[in-house]
Amino acid sequence: MVQLTLPKNSRITTGKTWPKPSGATNLRAFKIYRWNPDDEANPRVDTYFIDMDKCGPMVLDALIKIKNEIDPTLTFRRSCREGICGSCAMNIDGINTLACIYGLDEIKGDVKIYPLPHMPVVKDLIPDLTHFYAQHASVMPWLETKTNRPAKEWKQSIEDRKKLDGVYECVMCACCSTSCPSYWWNGDRYLGPAALLHAYRWIVDSRDEATGERLDQLEDPFKLYRCHTIMNCTKTCPKGLNPAKSIAEIKKMMLERTV
Amino acid sequence: MADVNRGNRPLSPHLSIYRPQLTSITSILTRITGNALLLAALLIVWWFLAASTSEAYFAVADAVITSWFGDLVMFLSLWALWYHTLAGIRHLIWDNAKMLELGAATKLGWIAIWGSVLLTVLTVVVI
Repeated sequence: MVQLTLPKNSRITTGKTWPKPSGATNLRAFKIYRWNPDDEANPRVDTYFIDMDKCGPMVLDALIKIKNEIDPTLTFRRSCREGICGSCAMNIDGINTLACIYGLDEIKGDVKIYPLPHMPVVKDLIPDLTHFYAQHASVMPWLETKTNRPAKEWKQSIEDRKKLDGVYECVMCACCSTSCPSYWWNGDRYLGPAALLHAYRWIVDSRDEATGERLDQLEDPFKLYRCHTIMNCTKTCPKGLNPAKSIAEIKKMMLERTV
Repeated sequence: MADVNRGNRPLSPHLSIYRPQLTSITSILTRITGNALLLAALLIVWWFLAASTSEAYFAVADAVITSWFGDLVMFLSLWALWYHTLAGIRHLIWDNAKMLELGAATKLGWIAIWGSVLLTVLTVVVI
C-alpha cells in the first residue's frame, strides 16, 4: 500500500548537536539518524562534527571515527571495508550505497546518513533484513538439477558462463530493493530487484534444470510484475549491476514461453 | 534474542529523504499524465454531451473550455498526451529488454521530456 508519510512512531525529531572537536580548522557536519529501542523516544537526527584533516577518505571512516572518538553508542553494521560484504549499506546523501566505498569527496555540504529506506529499524543505522533474506531464499538461489550427477563437475561453455557476468556479483547489500518505490509500497509481496536479480542468475545458468519451475513461481501479479522500470535499483547499485535489465529479461522470457 | 524489542520498531524514512532520479521522475510522470489525460478526456466528453443536450447548456460548457483556464488545461493536456506517448514508446523498448543500461535509459528520459515539449510547441504552431 502506498503510504507517503511515516507512521507516528517513526517521525523524525531534531536530535542532539554534539560538541565540535577543539583546535580543528577543517570541520564537517554529519547528520545521522538515531533510534534506540531501549527508550520510548521517536527517531532523531544527531549532528556530529569531524576534523576532516584527521579522517580517512570514505564515509565509513567517518562513522568509525565518530564511534571511536565522540559517541560509542552510534550503531551500524560494517565488516570488510572494501565493498564485498555488503554490511555497511545505508542511505548516504539521498542515495543507497555502501559506506566503505563511497567517498566523502563525492558529497557536497553536510553528510546526511539514514538507514536503508522503508525498513523496520533495529537500532540507528541497522535495518531488519529478515524479510529481504526470506525473499532471496524463496527464489531457490542454488543449482537445481534433475539429470544424474556427472562424474566430475557440471560443465559450462565459455559463452554460457559469460551470461552470468553482471548477475553473479551481487553481494545482497539490499541497496537496490530499498531504493525501489514499488518495493516500498508492496515489499510484502513484490520480491524486489535483489531477489529477482538472483532469480535471473539461476534462470540463465545453463547448468540449471528448473528454469520452467522458476518461471512458474514468478508468474504472479506481485512477485515479478510490480516492477515498473523505475530504475532506482540500477542507478543506486554500489556494484554497478543492472537489476532492472535482469527483471526485464525475466518478463521477456515469461512472454516468449506463452507464444 | 529473546528480550529484543521488535514491537515498536520505526519505519526508516523513504520518500522524504531519497534523492529524486531522472528515471524515477520520468516514471511517476508517466502515471500522472496518464491519469490526468483520463480527466481531460472526460472534460471533452462533457463538452460533446453538452452540445447534444441544448444550445444554452453548450454555451456554458463551451465558455468553460474556451476560457483562459480551459485553454491552459487543454494546453497541459496536449503536453501530457505527447509525454505519455513518448514514455509509452520508451516502455515498449524496455519490454524488449533493450536500452536498459543507465546511459541509454537516461537518454530516453531526456528524450521524453524535451521531445514532449518540442512536439507540444510544434502542435500549437501547426494548429
